[in-house]
Amino acid sequence: MFQSAIALNRFGLGTRPGEQVTGDAQRWLVAQFDRFEPSPNAWLGIRDLSTRTVSPQARAELRQSAYLTTTACRLRSAMTASAPFVERLVHFWANHFAVSVEKGNVTLTAGLMERDAIRAHVLGRFEDMLVAVEQHPAMMAFLDQNISLGPHSPAALAAARNGKQRGLNENLAREIMELHTLGVRSGYTQTDVSEFAQALTGWNAVPGDFMFRPRTHEPGVRTILGRRYPQEDQQQAQAVLQDLAHHPATATLIATKLVRHFVADDPPAAAVAQVASAFRNSRGDLPTTYAALVATPEAWAVALPKFKTPWDWIVSALRGLGRVDIDSLNVHALLNQLGQPIWKPGSPAGYADTSADWAGPDALLRRVEEARRLANLGDAGADPRQLVDQLLPGVVGASTRSAIAHASSPQQGLALLLVAPEFMRR
Amino acid sequence: MVNRRQLLLSSAMMFVPTLLFATAETQRRFVFIIQRGAADGLETLVPIGDPDYARLRGVIALDPARTISLGGSFALHSSLRRVGQMYQAKQALFCHAVASPYRDRSHFDGQNILESGATSPFARQDGWLNRLLVLLPTNRAVALSPTAPLALRGPAPVITYAPSGLPDAGDELLTRVDQLYADDAMLHLLWSEAMGAREMTDGAAKQPDPAAIGKLTAGFLAKSDGPRIAMIETIGWDTHTAQNARLERQLTQLDNLLGALMDNLGPLWNDTVVVVATEFGRTAAVNGTGGTDHGTASLAMLLGGAVQGGRVITDWPGLSPGALYQNRDLRPTQGLNSILASAAAQCFRLDPARTALSLFPGTTFDKTMAQLIVS
Repeated sequence: MFQSAIALNRFGLGTRPGEQVTGDAQRWLVAQFDRFEPSPNAWLGIRDLSTRTVSPQARAELRQSAYLTTTACRLRSAMTASAPFVERLVHFWANHFAVSVEKGNVTLTAGLMERDAIRAHVLGRFEDMLVAVEQHPAMMAFLDQNISLGPHSPAALAAARNGKQRGLNENLAREIMELHTLGVRSGYTQTDVSEFAQALTGWNAVPGDFMFRPRTHEPGVRTILGRRYPQEDQQQAQAVLQDLAHHPATATLIATKLVRHFVADDPPAAAVAQVASAFRNSRGDLPTTYAALVATPEAWAVALPKFKTPWDWIVSALRGLGRVDIDSLNVHALLNQLGQPIWKPGSPAGYADTSADWAGPDALLRRVEEARRLANLGDAGADPRQLVDQLLPGVVGASTRSAIAHASSPQQGLALLLVAPEFMRR
Repeated sequence: MVNRRQLLLSSAMMFVPTLLFATAETQRRFVFIIQRGAADGLETLVPIGDPDYARLRGVIALDPARTISLGGSFALHSSLRRVGQMYQAKQALFCHAVASPYRDRSHFDGQNILESGATSPFARQDGWLNRLLVLLPTNRAVALSPTAPLALRGPAPVITYAPSGLPDAGDELLTRVDQLYADDAMLHLLWSEAMGAREMTDGAAKQPDPAAIGKLTAGFLAKSDGPRIAMIETIGWDTHTAQNARLERQLTQLDNLLGALMDNLGPLWNDTVVVVATEFGRTAAVNGTGGTDHGTASLAMLLGGAVQGGRVITDWPGLSPGALYQNRDLRPTQGLNSILASAAAQCFRLDPARTALSLFPGTTFDKTMAQLIVS
């Protein structure tokens, strides 16, 4: 049976040598909720560099160093996680609430957002994660919220008196509705987006923190999706977010994306309905939602339905090789080459999550090139003939077994294992 | 069993055999450059003659004196130096105020419709360029990206190639991977294509800068038995803020890419049609942050020696308050699908109406556009 492979490789991040599913696979997954560490030591040590005042020249260096430190943290957590299912969920949410570091200051705060908004709430409630993300300086900078002014706010009127035209930017409002909550074509209109953008004015970031600036907030009552929001201050957008979090369309969007990520590219409707209903009935309680996902029969019906993303692939390869450090690997250049640098999807929609987006001829060639490099590192000394059954319990086919057995060297066998059809998928 | 590709071919042949295969081997080359992120047509081909332009654009309005004059109501952004020369040489044609059938403002839905050729988002799994490929005798295409973009996905084979800095995996391992994938239909197909592309490049440009991508694309297209269709993806057009500086950079890179394509294709440039298009345009007015938000109509460019250029084709709707679409965007007056279908059909000398139907089923064409391409 392939239940263990599904739990370890599809729900988890790939098997580490010696790692085994004990007892019932579903229960083994849910039990990880109790041992997940939201802030392991490595993450706790990360300091907020965005609060430093530095010269423009030093800023580039600071960004580079913040990016290297926080991405290394993320990779180490992924490589050594003892609750890999929850760790994968962190990556899922970070991609759902995608920010992209090619935009200026996001580099300094992307990792902090993952730690303080995503990891902190991954086993909490959706609405809390939503508010924490939208108020985070990284998201504010990424979707231009910092510079959006209410057209009739005191700040905009003062600017107008000085001959400067400043006003609304609807980027964050639109992406919250389209990507973070309701989903595109779920019934909201351009007017809803504009109204929400006005409610959001005043939401702002200072280095290191969220801040409400009354002077930039658009005065007045807003109407969004037919509901009136008379609140005067930051509570107005907060109330909108709460309603969006509990909207039925949001439950469907989140359930669809979870099922696509964990079950199949083309999400089976019954599984989506089951997960969406758990999300709605628990008022967005995430552990309840995940438990419903694990309980769908569709999740256990097929062994290897998903083609791994580059991130999935490299993390599972490093875990499979039993590595604990990344010092000699230059993982950042590697993820660039493989097409999925960390926190750099280039778009607020995040990285795509289906086979067609990742399975290309050139992408395959790059994985083969990289597998050869990893297999030839001095410390990758395992016997691939034994490793293959440990890493892929119950799913190895005859072609893969034979190709590995006839390899011209253990290194070549290891490289073939890392690019075998069963290892390319989860 | 009849597969989909044979079905398309045979149904096409039943209708118009002679026109579809007028030439057994085509010398023509067709390149589609997609601008992902909603490129601002109003700042690329500037309506300097429109009295409302400067008012709407405010702080980001371009100074007409610093644009490339085309001698009429429109002027080209100053970063498009090579494109300007192509226009003078009658090798560049601009279609303004165009839009796909999509009328909402999501990048992802908009790109999906532009690439799939469907009339609603996520309705098809294949793209119009692949359906074009099926109509050609030499049905090979190349995408300059690690995986095939939606426009090129479908039954006809497509190679993908993106320059990689990773070390070579060694020939023996490559052969063994070939055996490893023997029983896996999907991976085996992808792997064969990867090996095919590898043989074709003989160590061309390693750095993915725009000029190198242009050169690489030209290298693929120049092979006599190589692909006739190429697709290049460009990103970074979503200019909500600091639009002037960002567009300057974006358009310079696009200009470098097009220039490199022209230079490296040599005499083949005369048989080439390059189409540049985006999923939708941007708001007619500047927003509060020195940029523009998601809009509707934009610009499509046709470039190449086979283009009947030196013209701007537009039914200009104007930018006055009553003329704007939903009071905010440039109103679409020409269908982008009609331009794409006409350019593709004329490039490969296919029957225009049938080609349009194959590429963009469901689109109602008020007219296909005659004489975009040298016949």
